[in-house]
Amino acid sequence: MFGFSRAQLIGFVVMVVLIIIAPFLFYPIVVMQVMCYALFAMGANLLMGSVGLLSLGQAAYFGLGGYVCGYLVQSAGLTPELGICAGGLAGAALGVVFGWLVIRRQTIYFAMITLALAQIVYFFAVQDVNFTGGENGIQGIPRGAVFGLFSLQHDLAMYVVVAVVFIAGFLLVHRVIHSPFGQVVKAIRENEPRAISLGYNADRYKWIIFILAALLAGVAGATKAMVMGIETLSDVGATASGLVVLMVLLGGIGTIFGPIIGALIVVAMQFYLSQFGAWVVVIQGAIFMACVLVFRRGVIGELAHRLKTAL
Amino acid sequence: MIMIFGKPAPLLFGQLLLGIINGSFYAMLSMGLAIIFGLLKIINFAHGAMFMVGAFVTWGLLNYLNINFWWALILSPLIVGALGYVLERTVIRRIYKLDILYGLLLTFGLAQLLEGVFTNYFGSSGVSYDTPDSLSGVMNLGFMYLPVYRGFVVFAAIIICFAVWFAIEKTRLGALLRAATENPALVQSFGVNVPRLIALTFAGGVALAALAGVLAAPLYSVNPDMGTELINTVFAVVVIGGMGSIGGAILTGFALGIIEGFTDVFYPPGSAVVVFVVMAAVLIARPAGLFGKTA
Repeated sequence: MFGFSRAQLIGFVVMVVLIIIAPFLFYPIVVMQVMCYALFAMGANLLMGSVGLLSLGQAAYFGLGGYVCGYLVQSAGLTPELGICAGGLAGAALGVVFGWLVIRRQTIYFAMITLALAQIVYFFAVQDVNFTGGENGIQGIPRGAVFGLFSLQHDLAMYVVVAVVFIAGFLLVHRVIHSPFGQVVKAIRENEPRAISLGYNADRYKWIIFILAALLAGVAGATKAMVMGIETLSDVGATASGLVVLMVLLGGIGTIFGPIIGALIVVAMQFYLSQFGAWVVVIQGAIFMACVLVFRRGVIGELAHRLKTAL
Repeated sequence: MIMIFGKPAPLLFGQLLLGIINGSFYAMLSMGLAIIFGLLKIINFAHGAMFMVGAFVTWGLLNYLNINFWWALILSPLIVGALGYVLERTVIRRIYKLDILYGLLLTFGLAQLLEGVFTNYFGSSGVSYDTPDSLSGVMNLGFMYLPVYRGFVVFAAIIICFAVWFAIEKTRLGALLRAATENPALVQSFGVNVPRLIALTFAGGVALAALAGVLAAPLYSVNPDMGTELINTVFAVVVIGGMGSIGGAILTGFALGIIEGFTDVFYPPGSAVVVFVVMAAVLIARPAGLFGKTA
């Protein structure tokens, strides 16, 4: 139904089973964080893998989603599902505007411009204290109740919501890649002039992918804000943008499970290495370099290469 | 008191000076980026980190070895340049054949690594470096008071920018460099050691960043994030100026510093974003940047 190959279907079933048993084995908050970051990384992977554009400013949409959701839930009393929708829409709306500005640029220009645009968002997040809470961030975001009925106070209830959002996001991305639309996008990546000569408006296709990536980032940021009950500047800063690229790179650019494994590794690393304090950044930097130098396929990419299949 | 545009003149001149000083750093850094990009086709994300290392080396020379500012002006770029040479030879060299984006990712990781190491040893608040005695004090220019060191920085930056521009556009070495940028294979066939030329170019580019770092040490707090704070703006400068020319990088750097300074007078919160707003506007009007040839 979703265009899964056999190997991908096995992977998907394994993933769902793991999601079901994970909260009983690990700290649910950490697993939820992994899923939020995985959603974020899947969006970035759409850009990097499907159209070959590296954005260094994905945190703008991630952070905006979180702020909008946190603000509306806390101040306007929105229910969590509406808050997450609002966060996603805010991310997508920003993606429409920024995407329009950058989509004609290539490679490094694209990377630098997305970085600079994200910097504008960051400065607004610092300045607009009434909306974002400035340095303090938005604190104590209430989890509330889904549809006003099911309370999310318990971590497991929240877990179910996050898992549903995550799997829905995963299936959406997979469906998009394997749709006729996705095939055109692939054609544009492989040979843009040719796709254009066949009558496809390449920029518009890339723009849509860009907006989709921003939407996923917004939803991921909003969901993470609901889980943690807090939204701070660290989610909108350059570090978050770098982190999501690292996740995609680690997992394997252009693979469907890669971003998830990448998110898992990065979150686990931050969790277990937090005792080493600032050395985490050094280790991340080293992993970044190692990935580029010797491990460009990433974990899933390497696995898929060994198994001679697409994952 | 003299008023200009409804603002007191000393305030305006003060901001103009501040703008020119910031512009000096933008110009020096974006010039190094442009040189490295020209030959290596790599956006050096670690450029800000190299600037920071340059400032820390300056501080280290004084505090551990009692070597003063003037020697640091020569030694620090040499040390950081040597570091750059080694990095190019061991690490960066391996990615030339890959997609252009990998260079960006590699240097991004390198920047994180360097900043992390310095944060571990010096803390995120950093250290301070006193203005050298011979450059302390204030000059009265009649219409405003000019701290001597600030004047020196602007003067030094203009000399450095001109020297680099001259070296690249008017000397034989520069001609070689430009030729290698256009067609490396052909230049190599004339017996030029292009790989070494590339390594030296990278070393030279980061040495420029380190030189800017030395000049920045007495002016700003020497801290591990000092490069990151500046480099985002510098990338915007590079985008606005276009990747085309060294001269473009210099002019855009100074111009944006001044624009930033004046924005601070008329609308203070805007000073942090004005560069990015200008960038967005330039991109809409001239996609390849002001001095760029093609995007």
